[in-house]
Amino acid sequence: MYDVAIVGAGVVGSAIARELSKYKVNACVIERDEDVCNGTSKANSAIVHAGFDATPGTLKAKLNVRGNEMMDQLSKDLDFPFKRNGSLVVCTKDQDPALLDELLEKGKKNGVPNLRILDRDELIQMEPNLADDVVKALFAPTGAIVCPFHLTMAFAENAADNGVEFFLNTEVTDITKSDDHYLIKTDKDTIEAKVVVNAAGVYADKFNNMVSEHKLQIIARRGQYMLLDKSAGNHVSHTIFQLPSKMGKGVLVTPTVHGNLLVGPTAEDVDNKEGINTTAEGLGSLGATSAQSVKNVPLRQVITSFAGLRAHEIGGDFVIGEAEDAEGFFNAAGIESPGLSSAPAIGEMVATQVAEKLGLEKNPSFNGHRKGILNPATLSIEERNELIKKQPAYGNIICRCEMITEGEILDAIHRTLGARSLDAVKRRTRAGMGRCQAGFCSPKTMEILEREVPMSMFDVTKNGKDAKIVFGYNKKI
Amino acid sequence: MKYDLVIVGGGPAGLAAAIAAKDNGIDSILIIERDRELGGILNQCIHNGFGLHTFKEELTGPEYASRFIAQVEERGIEYKLNTMVMDISNDKVVTAMNSTDGMFTVEAKAVVLAMGCRERSRGALNIPGYRPAGIFSAGTAQRLVNIEGYMPGRRVVILGSGDIGLIMARRMTLEGAKVLAVAELMPYSGGLKRNIVQCLNDFDIPLYLSHTVVDIQGKERVEGITIAEVGPDRKPIPGTEIHYDCDTLLLSCGLLPENELSKTAGVDLSPITSGPVVNDSLETNIPGVFACGNVLHVHDLVDFVSQEATNAGKNAAKYIKEGEVTSAKQIEILPVDGVRYTVPKYVRPEVMDDTLTVRFRVGQVFKGCAIATYFGDTLISKRKRPVMAPGEMEQVVLKKSQLAEYPDIENITIKIEEA
Amino acid sequence: METRELICIGCPMGCSLKVTLENGQVTEVTGNTCPNGDKYARKECTNPTRIVTSSVRVKGGKINMVSCKTKEDIPKGMIFDICKALENVVVPAPVAIGDVVLANVCDTGVDVVATKNVDVK
Repeated sequence: MYDVAIVGAGVVGSAIARELSKYKVNACVIERDEDVCNGTSKANSAIVHAGFDATPGTLKAKLNVRGNEMMDQLSKDLDFPFKRNGSLVVCTKDQDPALLDELLEKGKKNGVPNLRILDRDELIQMEPNLADDVVKALFAPTGAIVCPFHLTMAFAENAADNGVEFFLNTEVTDITKSDDHYLIKTDKDTIEAKVVVNAAGVYADKFNNMVSEHKLQIIARRGQYMLLDKSAGNHVSHTIFQLPSKMGKGVLVTPTVHGNLLVGPTAEDVDNKEGINTTAEGLGSLGATSAQSVKNVPLRQVITSFAGLRAHEIGGDFVIGEAEDAEGFFNAAGIESPGLSSAPAIGEMVATQVAEKLGLEKNPSFNGHRKGILNPATLSIEERNELIKKQPAYGNIICRCEMITEGEILDAIHRTLGARSLDAVKRRTRAGMGRCQAGFCSPKTMEILEREVPMSMFDVTKNGKDAKIVFGYNKKI
Repeated sequence: MKYDLVIVGGGPAGLAAAIAAKDNGIDSILIIERDRELGGILNQCIHNGFGLHTFKEELTGPEYASRFIAQVEERGIEYKLNTMVMDISNDKVVTAMNSTDGMFTVEAKAVVLAMGCRERSRGALNIPGYRPAGIFSAGTAQRLVNIEGYMPGRRVVILGSGDIGLIMARRMTLEGAKVLAVAELMPYSGGLKRNIVQCLNDFDIPLYLSHTVVDIQGKERVEGITIAEVGPDRKPIPGTEIHYDCDTLLLSCGLLPENELSKTAGVDLSPITSGPVVNDSLETNIPGVFACGNVLHVHDLVDFVSQEATNAGKNAAKYIKEGEVTSAKQIEILPVDGVRYTVPKYVRPEVMDDTLTVRFRVGQVFKGCAIATYFGDTLISKRKRPVMAPGEMEQVVLKKSQLAEYPDIENITIKIEEA
Repeated sequence: METRELICIGCPMGCSLKVTLENGQVTEVTGNTCPNGDKYARKECTNPTRIVTSSVRVKGGKINMVSCKTKEDIPKGMIFDICKALENVVVPAPVAIGDVVLANVCDTGVDVVATKNVDVK
């Protein structure tokens, strides 16, 4: 019997797990996919919002600002890439500048520090590629960018290192109450837990509705993005948002922490909660829309496009806390934007509530530090050579676009919650994330997985389950 | 470390450049190769048809490579395998890394860029749909099948009719897969006629010209591909969709010279070829840095790579021995009317070899036309070509003696005209 | 009388050839612009042949596979038989270019030979 079972190993589930591991608790995380960070957490804008956007008084507003505050320390403790690059909401000459003032006011109410409205002269010094029509912008110096993969993995690894169990490749099929605890049926074993935390992303309504009469309804809202080559990464240095207009909510143009340029997202409600496909219309719209705020976005340098689903609860706000009519069932549902920004604060909030519920004591042996995968490119030549002498794999480049070594891939495979698929290696190391999109390195990475896990070449997948890469030996399929 | 000549890349271009440099008197040469063996991409091109121009016989890729590797070995030219060049500075300091030497720098008097090219990926093509396993560039599939011995698909659709795509249609078929169709965006194939006949027609694989992939289905592994006809604007025409149940999509949609290192070194690149801009010595804007092979411009036949690289190696040797040519007048070659680019872009009549082969590609299919060369406004030559296609390189040979007769011209124009 | 249509592979022209056959003998080739087209059409209609290239497993080598080819042309109709015959062939390292991988494949009188050198691991 577990004290707590968390359903979903996205950034929210992982953040909650890590916060819970600060207590003496017997907890587990149940994830249907083969890796953490495989749903909404892996396909989003990768930004930490300053917090001026949400309606004052909402959970979104409160948790966004708190989450943003927590990021600096977390990025040090958990060693993930995070950068306060600042954000701009730009207003073009056809738009109403009063909207910027409204945002500023909301931001102040939400407690966002140092917000300012800048005029074109100042803006163009900061961002020479802003569209010619841009006349003003709201500047939020606390706006930031983060690697969502590393943020999630950092939470999950640190939670696991502090004793939380992870059941990957395990899909929850049913949740029922039994006396004083819950029975969580999965496609493998049934797991029993006193408390269930529902962090199941777009499926959180399904699980809530199994135990509670307060029905939730989550709509999958798709966002499509284009990721541009690092050679385009300096096109803007801040995260550039647009004011909502009659054309829609607008898209952002932002650098990523890894130096690429990201353009998106579209916003379309889709019926299919697995509908992470991109469409010609969606991708096609990004050019014209982004041009309203940033000129000459070099879309020809796109290296990949992707879509993610935001879990929009029809109530509009995050749904967090114990369900009124289902004791011991805690929701962290409807976590759409600014969910990534809020995740640390959601973790804190839910863990506190659960700890109170169960009367948990602090875990004196909690170690809040986690070391990320070493990036040899950050070392001096001397340090690098020292490292290669000790571990020659750090001298062997596997991914030539991103210059990722075998040493980093070995680290990704052998660390806590280690990589077991090509995408898992990619998210941890960036091998395969560059301009050739794994054309050259995937056969090599497959060989390393085969040798190190070890696993059969025929079981190596792109991202788990049936995502197999090769079917058999030549002439034998 | 110091070498007279560092050659970045041990594929066909790097090997031929090294051999030529050695034969022209340079002893201190280092080839740096990132893979585990010399020969580059030829090692996975196990089909035949290589070397008709160079050796007057049809060789497979590995055989063609082995002849050059043998010459490198015979000459005792040094090379490092499994070694990645991390950086080239504009003063020709090459930083490289491998697991035995660690990170090291080599000061070179001259550098030959011979890094080759890569394939355009699904992402760069903006193909909509899901992102499941089972989408490979044709070259990746070729490596898996020919080098590793693993089959990446059972039922296959191929987008792009470049030669690698056509070759892989046959390879996959012979290894037991069913290739359902090849779709080509353009109204003509980018591959050689011979490959269309022997790789597609021989196996009744249909080729759909003016078609593209409009959707990819399947969340884990590819489950289906939808192709559709495109109009003259290359946009899909609704209602023309054809759906295939399949598990694999191979992409053969063009090659891109890999010039990331060249860029950081400060080498000027052509927006058309994505390769360095070079003069008649195949020298870039950085004196002593030369380029050849597919990093310079994507070739159709490896024989031409070898020829070009031989020149680059020879010119690098000359540079090392004689130093920089500073004063020669430079004339620009202008590609117009159907000629997309030329390599080289500049010619220096005073210092060029007796003849200079200028290679280029045309932008569309031309039938019954001619390649015309003008020195200034004067028509110098007009050569009839019954057919020219973007998939095949064309060439014009310039003669030093002839150029000497026109000392005052500002430029040379190469264009396609009515025959 | 029978007619067949072919695309000439002699050059990029890719002439559409029309071949007339009588009792298996070519009586006329039209559509070609040069003599090579005629020659190609006659061969392709009476005795089409191909070089088959493939790769087979290596035991104890630095790499797992060695590429190979039929040393000479084989009848086009036998392409798949030859691939099938190579299915379970494993050659021990070292392998040198030209080494026979499978002799007299499918009784064609043609050997399948290695096209790559593979050293011992």
